[in-house]
Amino acid sequence: MLDLEGAVKATRAWACYDCGKCAGSCPVARSGGDLSPRRHVLSAVEGRKQTVLEDASVFSCLTCGMCDRRCPVEVDFTGLVRALRGLHRSEGSEPQCPHGGALQSVMRMMARGGTVQRRTGWLEGGMKAEPEKGGVFYWAGCTPYYDAFFSDLGPSVLNGCRAAVRIMNRAGEIPVVSPEERCCGHDLLWNGDADNFELLARHNVELVERSGAETVVTSCAECLRTWKLDYEPFFAGKPPRVLHISEYIAERLPRLELKKGRPLRVAFQDPCRLGRHLGIYEPPRQVLGAVPGVDVAEMDKNRANALCCAGGTWSNCDRVAKKIQVERLKEARAAGAVMLATGCPKCRIHLRCAMKDPNLGGEMEIEMVDLAELVAAALA
Amino acid sequence: MKAEAKKLKTTAGGRQPDSWNPSLVVFACNWCSYAGADTAGVSRIQQQPHFRIIRVMCSGRIHPAFVLRAFERGADGVLVSGCHFGDCHYVFGNHRAVEQFEKTKRVVHLLGLEDGRLRLEWISAAEGARFAQVINEFTDEVRKLGPSPLAGGTAPGPGRGAATDA
Repeated sequence: MLDLEGAVKATRAWACYDCGKCAGSCPVARSGGDLSPRRHVLSAVEGRKQTVLEDASVFSCLTCGMCDRRCPVEVDFTGLVRALRGLHRSEGSEPQCPHGGALQSVMRMMARGGTVQRRTGWLEGGMKAEPEKGGVFYWAGCTPYYDAFFSDLGPSVLNGCRAAVRIMNRAGEIPVVSPEERCCGHDLLWNGDADNFELLARHNVELVERSGAETVVTSCAECLRTWKLDYEPFFAGKPPRVLHISEYIAERLPRLELKKGRPLRVAFQDPCRLGRHLGIYEPPRQVLGAVPGVDVAEMDKNRANALCCAGGTWSNCDRVAKKIQVERLKEARAAGAVMLATGCPKCRIHLRCAMKDPNLGGEMEIEMVDLAELVAAALA
Repeated sequence: MKAEAKKLKTTAGGRQPDSWNPSLVVFACNWCSYAGADTAGVSRIQQQPHFRIIRVMCSGRIHPAFVLRAFERGADGVLVSGCHFGDCHYVFGNHRAVEQFEKTKRVVHLLGLEDGRLRLEWISAAEGARFAQVINEFTDEVRKLGPSPLAGGTAPGPGRGAATDA
């Protein structure tokens, strides 16, 4: 784990020239939250460890990467926040996680292992998948758990996984869907728990290496980021090619022969991990545009400027998050969209949850889908 | 540390030296089940003593996080208990408890733990004998299942000073 000085060096925090663009672009600060990326950078650069440790607002950061993109000297704010959370943890403080920390408990139990999970029950008849070996690994992530926790939030997030497997089958591939898969560790890592993250990373990397898969495909933007960037030190041999389901579909569009469709105006919610963290903006739009009848609407803030769902990493849920979600959903409605497609199960859970508001519900209710579901529905 | 705890348990149990006793967590509501446990106690009803009881004001408060945290920290079984339907001090709290419990059950099942490690029971303040009976049944059932696969091990836990540790 990095100490304060190491974190400042690794994240270029030393280069900060105090311009304040980060605080100006932060969606949390703008929505009334007590968070200023600049304040954290300055206390870190000045080496004020006590101030850093006393400032719990580091846990209200969404790590959405908006400030990273706007910073003129390329300070890696999200990296700094991650390191500072690690410091907080090493000093014995744990964030107040939403849902009582239930999801973190599940993740830590997976890190410990010892049980045989029953996580592949979502596969339906007619879907072809292998439990152990194959060329392509479909990474379901924690979606079976999210389905169990958030069953009251409308259509299951597992529909996105089901659609993905159907599409892969249609493209002539039988993916590996493994019961031994464990949480990718993304949320633990971003909340400062590098120890449990490492246990998960080692297990998962070994699992995929053992399967012989050269490609990993996932529908979750957070898993994607973790596999692409954070697992790098754990690969023994050649790392697999890691693709988001939108990239996978985009590469195979001609082969899929999408035919069926009805006129629909669909907006795309850029997940922060997919967009700002990994720079994947066009493949989802290309895929949506290829579905017959779909007219892609752009929201006012899109691509690198998109607002995130305000709930990634399961580290914060408060009035600020709600305000951001309401703003985002109203934007989707203002763009004339009747459906909001996304590429991350968390966007779907958090935005669906915001729609349950009894007062504002009518102004922002919109159907939400995983983009793979639209594609699967169009398969002739 | 865990090995020491196990050793202590087997000797304190006072049965055959190699018999293993489970560690159980019992969540009980203030108005019915906790009072039921009290009734069992004051009536001197014998019951197996391998559970820790955690009192909450209402079974509706027993969020999946509580139960999962218990399993994470090595509980071999978790019993959730509250008032019978119609008896809830807060009118519909135990209906909420059912909703929460169903979620918890699904998650525990996904994790690969045996379904018998988690149980929901309604026990009123007058049902001391029933409390003892439920405890005995549950203890025997979990004893048959053996130690939780998630108990022990060397994995790092949550933050040291976590409020929930208290």
